[in-house]
Amino acid sequence: MKLFLTYVVGLVFGLGISISGMANPAKVLNFFDFAGTWDPSLAFVMGAALLVAAPGYVLVFKREKPVFAENFKLPGTRLIDRKLVLGSFTFGIGWGLAGFCPGAALPVISTGNPSVLIFTASMVAGLFLARWVIANTARRRDLAQAN
Amino acid sequence: MIETEFTPLASTLGGALIGLASVLLMWLRGNVFGATGILAGFLQPSSSTDWSWRAALLAGMLTGPLVYLSLTGGFPEIQVPVSTLSMIVGGLIVGVGVTYGSGCTSGHGVCGMARFSPRSIVATLTFMAGTALMVFLTRHVIGL
Repeated sequence: MKLFLTYVVGLVFGLGISISGMANPAKVLNFFDFAGTWDPSLAFVMGAALLVAAPGYVLVFKREKPVFAENFKLPGTRLIDRKLVLGSFTFGIGWGLAGFCPGAALPVISTGNPSVLIFTASMVAGLFLARWVIANTARRRDLAQAN
Repeated sequence: MIETEFTPLASTLGGALIGLASVLLMWLRGNVFGATGILAGFLQPSSSTDWSWRAALLAGMLTGPLVYLSLTGGFPEIQVPVSTLSMIVGGLIVGVGVTYGSGCTSGHGVCGMARFSPRSIVATLTFMAGTALMVFLTRHVIGL
């Protein structure tokens, strides 16, 4: 039951992405092309998502805990550091190059569109690469401290 | 470049569903609906129970376009105005960026912004600036 409801939540998200136009790179890139073929649609996606999520979260956080879990799992850090800013900027560069972001690409894998498949495979490679580099850097730092 | 039609109604409806899914996931399981975090935890799970809900959520996400197909008779439109090389390089850069930035449009842009997290507001403004800069460079400076 828990997993089925989780599946339904994913479905609502995937349907939202499909209807919104977020998974259409031409539309996404046009939103950012103020100097050219501007399409303001994506502001409506973001605006509507926030208009639902902000009051929705207020209601949810009035509860002591989630329905199926012991606690709300929110990011532990509030740090605004170089890693956050440079990482986000890097993501923006990639988004501007390809026109897909992760949340928009994942659902439309099921369309079998070759561009989505190529983008997602590349993104997963980038994800593993970055996690490997981060883990290695941490290990080397630990070794250096141990010595 | 491809001209695209302004779709305020569809985009508002789609955005509202994305927001609703984020609220439902927090209400039911207490998790942030961030595609980056969900995918990373699915690919490198910390335990089998932590893996199964991510798999169920991803399966639901993949079903979204199929429901769209059954409702409208077609898959959501995917027009690609860039080269395959841009897709490959862009994908790689996105994967690295979201890992260091700890999130993407769904995690920071919707979930984090919705609870007014200063960290997510900074991240969102930063990646939007990066995207706009890249689109300007590729379309109006380099002419890619």
